[in-house]
Amino acid sequence: MSRIAACFAALAGKKALIPFITAGDPHPDLTVSLMHGLVEGGADIIELGVPFSDPMADGPVIQRASERALAHKVGLRHVLDMVAEFRKTNSTTPVVLMGYLNPLCAMGYAEFAKRAAAAGVDGMLTVDCPPEEAEELATALQQESIDPIFLLAPTTPLQRVAEIARHARGYVYYVSLKGVTGAGNLDIDDVARKIAALRQYIHVPIGVGFGIRDGATARAIAVTADAVVVGSRLVQEIEAATPETARERLTPLVAELKAAIS
Amino acid sequence: MDRYDFPDVRGHFGPYGGIYVAETLMAALAELNEEYARAKADPAFWEEFHYELKHYVGRPSPIYHAKRWSELLGGAQIYLKREDLNHTGAHKVNNTIGQALLARRMGKKRVIAETGAGQHGVASATVAARYGLECVVYMGAEDVKRQSPNVYRMKLLGATVVPVESGSKTLKDALNEAMRDWVTNVDSTFYILGTAAGPHPYPMLVRDFQTVIGEECKVQMPEMIGRQPDVVVACVGGGSNAIGLFYPYIGVDGVRMVGVEAGGDGVETGRHAAPLSIGKPGVLHGFKSYLMQDEDGQIIETHSVSAGLDYPGVGPEHSYLKDIGRAEYTAINDDEALKAFHDLCRYEGIIPALESSHALAWAAKTAPTMSKDQVILVNLSGRGDKDINTVASLSGLTL
Repeated sequence: MSRIAACFAALAGKKALIPFITAGDPHPDLTVSLMHGLVEGGADIIELGVPFSDPMADGPVIQRASERALAHKVGLRHVLDMVAEFRKTNSTTPVVLMGYLNPLCAMGYAEFAKRAAAAGVDGMLTVDCPPEEAEELATALQQESIDPIFLLAPTTPLQRVAEIARHARGYVYYVSLKGVTGAGNLDIDDVARKIAALRQYIHVPIGVGFGIRDGATARAIAVTADAVVVGSRLVQEIEAATPETARERLTPLVAELKAAIS
Repeated sequence: MDRYDFPDVRGHFGPYGGIYVAETLMAALAELNEEYARAKADPAFWEEFHYELKHYVGRPSPIYHAKRWSELLGGAQIYLKREDLNHTGAHKVNNTIGQALLARRMGKKRVIAETGAGQHGVASATVAARYGLECVVYMGAEDVKRQSPNVYRMKLLGATVVPVESGSKTLKDALNEAMRDWVTNVDSTFYILGTAAGPHPYPMLVRDFQTVIGEECKVQMPEMIGRQPDVVVACVGGGSNAIGLFYPYIGVDGVRMVGVEAGGDGVETGRHAAPLSIGKPGVLHGFKSYLMQDEDGQIIETHSVSAGLDYPGVGPEHSYLKDIGRAEYTAINDDEALKAFHDLCRYEGIIPALESSHALAWAAKTAPTMSKDQVILVNLSGRGDKDINTVASLSGLTL
């Protein structure tokens, strides 16, 4: 069983917390420590952002995180090194990379999948690669037992949901709102209705992200979702901290979110 | 060439093009694609489009024989397709009219656009005023500073100009921000994309609207010289004026097609904007094509004296035409483009856009190697009034 499937199986119906941070933010030397800090706080799965020069789907908070990481020249190969380092002392927490397609194109899909599997990556969420264009990448990933994670959006018609369901592995990521990461227009009731409709087609766990900023929204989303993804709020905390205090500020925040959905 | 029928139904030109966007936009692109298919089959849509091009833009634009300049160069005859004479001063308006008509058909009251030099922003603001649509234009903060007259033009036309402070603060970042706006306001908003790039169906529909350039040339050249030109040449940033000229000529044997990219300080220096000349295929802004990128797949900053060519990608159809060898692509450096700019001013009394000056420079370089009865047709895609501050400051002057 993959780490992602094992994780959801072990939760046995309890809700998963999936924190997101950008690899290399604020400094490449801190990322592995921050990942352990997330687990200490109660992270069930970690989403690790791969910095990209043109993060089209991200709001200002994660754009700045990408820019801070890129200032240290953090690229995909460094991110894989960080995951390998994390795996030296954690062999159970699934790690899902989240990013844009071009760095994967540049490395080559097969080469990426091989190196990612060796590093201990469990899933790949490629924001700008919908299933229509994903065949080659998804095949390469699955050959190495890495789950391609796909997005669903409020604008996705149900017929298309059924199509995406055929490709979905690990979990699906439902984008809670029309907007970019960190947006402020989350409508909890609307999300609950959509998730109920998705359940007819989707047979892997459903994670929900975008716009979840505190315990209260996390709890409300967790009523219907299987997993709650929190990104911008955590990245904001890193931004406000010094490199020395980032981990000690992040861990209690994750613990608070975990408590809220438990 | 036997048969050329691209893109396919999913927007591919061979391995290029496609739809590489976040899931939230997939439905909007499908809706646009369906509406465009209906419009394309509707004679009334094209009738209105061509009425607007004739009475509002001033088409057909003439072709002019640059006789004096050709004689000075001492080789092939250079003819200019005068897109600079269009309303708003460039070819961009052909496309913005087409897209604004689509926006109206779709009942969208708000349009957004990205702009680099400001020409597409001005053309978008113009049609928004013409059709009574709200218009927001995203422009890199650096470009806002470099192109202040165009910023004011857009404001005069009633548009809101939003300076983009992220990334390199240029055209590519303006495009990112326009995409972010679209994803947020997808129900109410039509995105008027300015070049033959972006996710399907944009490369196809921008091409189809710009094809009026080449279609006119195919009629005008035989009227003027009794045959088609030996070479057609255009500058390539995103590539909309070039594809508009090339597309009708793809199936015409014996017509050489040359796209000229921005060589900046020289492609060997790394400071340029010539992805077809020296880039590698990748994915950016919703499509696959040649890109300027580093070994990690990060997009690298581009350099060109011409803000309109300062883009790290290129329309996917150009990547395909390059690979199949039907069109050839080369680069012209800043200093060569500037010389052509000045020469056209002095010998023909025409101030060309710095973008178009790249195509002119290629013609000036190549004409002497050809015989006097051969013909080069250059797409003079825009006029250079917008560039006088840039050219003056390069000459050490402040206006």
